Amino acid sequence: MKKSLSMLLAGAMLVSVLAGCGGNTSSSSETGSTDESTASGTAFKVGGTAPLTGTAAIYGNAVKNGAELAAEEINAEGGDIQFEVVFEDDENNTEKAVSAYNALKDEGIQLSLGAVTSKPGEAIAPLLEEDHIFALTPSASSPANIENNDVVFQMCFSDPNQGLASADYIADQQLGTKIGIIYKSDDVYSTGILEQFKAEAQTKGLEIVAEESFMDGMDTDFSVQLNACKSAGADLLFLPIYYTPASLILTQANQMGYAPKFFGVDGMDGILTVENFDTALAEGVMLLTPFNADATDEATVNFVTKYEEKYDETPNQFAADAYDCMYAYKLALETAGCTPDMSASDLCDAMIETFPTITFTGLTGDGAGITWDSDGAVSKSPKGMIIENGAYVGMD
Amino acid sequence: MSFLSHLISGISLGSIYAIIALGYTMVYGIAKMLNFAHGDVIMVGGYMCFCATVYLGWPSIAGVALAVVVCTLLGVVIERLAYKPLRQAPALAVLITAIGVSYFLQNAALLIWGSSTKSFTSVVGGSPISLFDGQLTIAPVTIVTVVICVVIMVALTLFTNKSKAGTAMRAVSEDKGAAQLMGINVNTTISLTFAIGSGLAAIAGVLLCSAYPTLMPTTGSMPGIKAFTAAVFGGIGSIPGAFVGGILLGIIEIFAGAYISTQLSNAIVFAVLIIVLLVKPDGLLGKHISEKV
Amino acid sequence: MQKLKKYAASKAGRDTLISFGIVIIAFAVMQVLRSFGMVSSLLESLLVPICAYVVMAVSLNLTVGILGELSLGHAGFMSVGAFSGIVAATCLNDLVPFAPLRLALAIVVGGICAAIAGVIIGVPVLRLKGDYLAIVTLAFGEIIKNIVNVLYIGLDSAGLHFGLLQQGFTLEEGGEMIINGPMGVSGVSRISTFTSGFVLVLITLFLVLNLINSRSGRAIMAVRDNKIAADSIGISTTSYKLMAFVISAAFAGMAGTLYGLNYTTVTATKFDFNTSILILVFVVLGGLGNIWGSIIAAALLTVLPEVLREVGDFRMLIYAILLIVMMLFNNSSLKARILEKRGMKQMEKAERSGKEGA
Repeated sequence: MKKSLSMLLAGAMLVSVLAGCGGNTSSSSETGSTDESTASGTAFKVGGTAPLTGTAAIYGNAVKNGAELAAEEINAEGGDIQFEVVFEDDENNTEKAVSAYNALKDEGIQLSLGAVTSKPGEAIAPLLEEDHIFALTPSASSPANIENNDVVFQMCFSDPNQGLASADYIADQQLGTKIGIIYKSDDVYSTGILEQFKAEAQTKGLEIVAEESFMDGMDTDFSVQLNACKSAGADLLFLPIYYTPASLILTQANQMGYAPKFFGVDGMDGILTVENFDTALAEGVMLLTPFNADATDEATVNFVTKYEEKYDETPNQFAADAYDCMYAYKLALETAGCTPDMSASDLCDAMIETFPTITFTGLTGDGAGITWDSDGAVSKSPKGMIIENGAYVGMD
Repeated sequence: MSFLSHLISGISLGSIYAIIALGYTMVYGIAKMLNFAHGDVIMVGGYMCFCATVYLGWPSIAGVALAVVVCTLLGVVIERLAYKPLRQAPALAVLITAIGVSYFLQNAALLIWGSSTKSFTSVVGGSPISLFDGQLTIAPVTIVTVVICVVIMVALTLFTNKSKAGTAMRAVSEDKGAAQLMGINVNTTISLTFAIGSGLAAIAGVLLCSAYPTLMPTTGSMPGIKAFTAAVFGGIGSIPGAFVGGILLGIIEIFAGAYISTQLSNAIVFAVLIIVLLVKPDGLLGKHISEKV
Repeated sequence: MQKLKKYAASKAGRDTLISFGIVIIAFAVMQVLRSFGMVSSLLESLLVPICAYVVMAVSLNLTVGILGELSLGHAGFMSVGAFSGIVAATCLNDLVPFAPLRLALAIVVGGICAAIAGVIIGVPVLRLKGDYLAIVTLAFGEIIKNIVNVLYIGLDSAGLHFGLLQQGFTLEEGGEMIINGPMGVSGVSRISTFTSGFVLVLITLFLVLNLINSRSGRAIMAVRDNKIAADSIGISTTSYKLMAFVISAAFAGMAGTLYGLNYTTVTATKFDFNTSILILVFVVLGGLGNIWGSIIAAALLTVLPEVLREVGDFRMLIYAILLIVMMLFNNSSLKARILEKRGMKQMEKAERSGKEGA
């Protein structure tokens, strides 16, 4: 008796769950049909997967906020191009990214924002290629995201380019002679930058005296890595990592009385916005970044003000890249003369053709035009910044 | 000299593990359950202290007090709502419920405080102490952590051995039925244990965030697992065992990272744990209970 | 026919029939729905992971439910299976162009490698008891994750190259990195399909149920229920324990291969403590020792977070609450009371109909 009841319960749940999925199907097919017939004049449906929960949630939410803000602005202008933005949570996990992407597909997205982080991006790239849906990823920067497929384009610089630019910058400006590196070994972003940096450092004659790593789940205690760099006599620490661990490294280095120069990459941007972070610790930190929230040009000021108003926090480069993605889409769609009633596949062809031909001016990329090559890699120049008195100042 | 500074980092990390492990061990000893939500109570403690000091501008000592009070209440509420109904259920059912509570706390924190990292201001002020012409520096928080850890360990040992409530705890831990027959209120005793364990978690949370000043919804999970390992390492259920296990684990972790490889330091910690358990199956200081037929 | 009825009446027979029934009916329903195009892409993408998780849950149930030992590192075996299977599939790429056969061979390799890992881990671990055993399995799971994280395997015309901690080898022109340290694998061809997953589930069920209902299975359960009594009647407890553990590991490895070859990119961090716990949740929620319970729980709990996508930010919070409520309900007096009430009602009904009849 007891068994049959629990079976009944289980059965009922299974049915309801399946019904839920079935519900999804029918609604998606409905939207699919409306897209074909009556969708003209309505919005382009743009979707992306992002880590909205879990350890990488900070990046996912920034991208989501940035993209939504841009879509709101564009829609408010009331032009021909209108957007509807949807995000699904991928928890920075490849398995969840695939489900999230499929959930988006069920919702009938026509254009994709890819994935926020690199590994999920690699996981969905072949699916995008198969389904022929165009993706412009704001921040999945590993080259594997755009290799072996035609449909994924990047808004961020690729990792090796950053490594190259950083090494050149350090060598040209003679910022340090003995270089220590702390990188995150299980992060494609970090190791991607590192490899190119090492190669370029060798050609430029920079001496790397310490190369220390950490991993997910072991990213709170940096005493070992800092001690190693200190005893190797590194006078410049290169940190190709995101700003959360970087803020810890700065604090712990300060605690142990170690004060080398710090040089970061675009992931370091945001360090001043960490709530309650003692910005005095970041004094003198140098970084290469495509975006600067303290810039005084009109577009940035407008973006930062609106973002702060809406989300109560200062935007970082992820938000800015996502914001740019939406405007880049707008430009490309206008150039190609696309309409919202076009199918994802047709839009994909149009975008692949259009993106390498346009020059886009956005928040990121130092005011100069942003262009794409036919592989999907972006070309924009990073800005060298130094933190002085709690604010970014351009280095020249 | 780098040996000494590694040793100091190891002891500092180990003391934090030890305080968390003490909470684990208390709860395990009495309720015979692995409370996987313990690590997340630590995180809540950290956030509470953060909110009190940063948003409300309270002095840090008041922040710590608030964290302790909130976590103690939280511990008791969790026990009442989620674990008490399962007193008679198989141990695994309680384990899974504890995991559910852990997910719940993490995601509730994500909704309340958002995903962005917060930088924690150390509750221990002062500048680092510099020795040997600056070759060796010790952060004040390290000293405070070690001292608090020892004090807690001694206080807990005295409490369980000398006080009436502590004796009741030991009695419940050995035989719930017999303890009840002796007029001990088992439910109150278990609630008290959870209250103490969660209060300790709050202190551990504040110290953890002071030493490694970052705060996010997942802050507690990894230290939680490590501290659980430490508790088993020292012999789960044993208070001095949790202390020794925690300190040793911290030192091994730092040394393995420093002298072998940071990428393998976790593996080495766990390998040492396995070897210890194979030689001493009840942990370093665990009591061996012979099997009854 | 008579024989079948008798078989169905026995507990073992009924469990077997229910297990196979659930799987075959689910497969048939899904295939029909798919042929009509009524399955959303989301559900479609979940089919292979569901199969992998079902196999994982059934295999863990062997350790936790049948053998009675708590394992917190089952994902470690999945990891061994996934990565060895991927290496095998990549090596066989040119040799065996027929994908299903390549997948089958990779699954076998994955299973064997995981079984070897099972022996290496099982021999020391099974000497321990209870929570100590649990923590050591957790430790082994973490160690496997850490080692795969620093493992480099590359393939070129000269054969396989291995490296630990750093690449330590250079590949010839046209060579291919299979496992690239912490980056894991990327660019694998996805050859797992729902049908292959279904077949693997069937094979697993067939072997596991047969094992449970065989002489060895009864010996294993005797060891679980009373080790000393089992010892006294001449059952070799150690070897039966090891047998159950290794078989469980082998199936986990096969599930890992199926899972790994369903994605283009896999990293070692996927198979961490959280995944082990996830599988354990399937087993406990489905009922210890209850094979069809594991199947349903695995399928249900894999789909649940995806269905909850509609509630957005509250998704994982609701998942957590549902998990707690399900555990409380499963073990509470409330369930007992509801069952009692139903029983009473039915008795009343029977009485009434009895009276009416009279």
